[in-house]
Amino acid sequence: MDDNLIIRGIEFQSRLWVGTGKYKDFEETKKAIEASGADVVTVAVRRVNIIDRKSENLLDYIDPGKYKILPNTAGCYTVEDALRYARLAREAGISDLIKLEVIGDEKTLFPDTLGLLKATEILAKEGFIVLPYTNDDPIMAKRLEGAGAAAIMPLGAPIGSGLGIRNPYNLKIILETVKLPIIVDAGVGTASDAAIAMELGCDAVLINTAIAGAKDPIAMAGAMKHAVIAGRLAYKAGRIPKKLYATASSPFEGML
Amino acid sequence: MKLIVNGEFFETSKAGTITDLLNELSIDPGQVAVEVNLSIIRKADHSTFRLHEADKIEIVNFVGGG
Repeated sequence: MDDNLIIRGIEFQSRLWVGTGKYKDFEETKKAIEASGADVVTVAVRRVNIIDRKSENLLDYIDPGKYKILPNTAGCYTVEDALRYARLAREAGISDLIKLEVIGDEKTLFPDTLGLLKATEILAKEGFIVLPYTNDDPIMAKRLEGAGAAAIMPLGAPIGSGLGIRNPYNLKIILETVKLPIIVDAGVGTASDAAIAMELGCDAVLINTAIAGAKDPIAMAGAMKHAVIAGRLAYKAGRIPKKLYATASSPFEGML
Repeated sequence: MKLIVNGEFFETSKAGTITDLLNELSIDPGQVAVEVNLSIIRKADHSTFRLHEADKIEIVNFVGGG
């Protein structure tokens, strides 16, 4: 049975999305992405190095025909900057997808949600498929839905922190109240964190640091792939309720 | 002609259009976006958009990111 994630008519083959930052080199990036099974990769928009014109380019290793390229506005602290980067990304790329970040603070990299809301509204009107990176705040998630976001990307914990899903109850409320796909972005540290996000019913998980920063990124990419699949299957299967006391699995009948 | 390209001074004798500049810098136009004085210039207009003295040009592409 097909269980693919669809956002604005775009069908995604995997529910694990991966970032391309922090890898040792492009070769390792490519191998980790292959091992993850992801068909969506995030990228950043930066100046071309015009002084050192070595020919290597990220897209020489990641074929945009094979992967969906999801540019971000990482590093943007104002609405104006985020809009500028998003528009440049659309011009450099081939799609209207944008992972929108308006960062509020350098130390936490938490989003400036007021700026995010404003930028979401403007870009959605310009025809972008806006995927805003936001807090695990159900009210803001609803506001972003109203502003025209195509999916919501709440954090599990601060970017690169590896602290896991810190507020599963807020994520559950977002899942219940927002009708858009919910993609956990940031905070995953290891496979169980990814599985927890999926077991809650999230539609996908975006991971970068937990893979790129692992001792063996390629092995961790494989672990994340399985964790996301397992978490999704468990969610669809429907877990048993939690109880305080035991229920025997073996029958009483027939005992000596 | 003196330009500012990606924050650096850049002097060229031949750059007339964006296409000329990208050729001179050996940049594949397919994977970049170009902004001149804060306005994005679409790829279709690269070959006709003429550059002028002291123009501030930004040429960006995709790099690894999360």
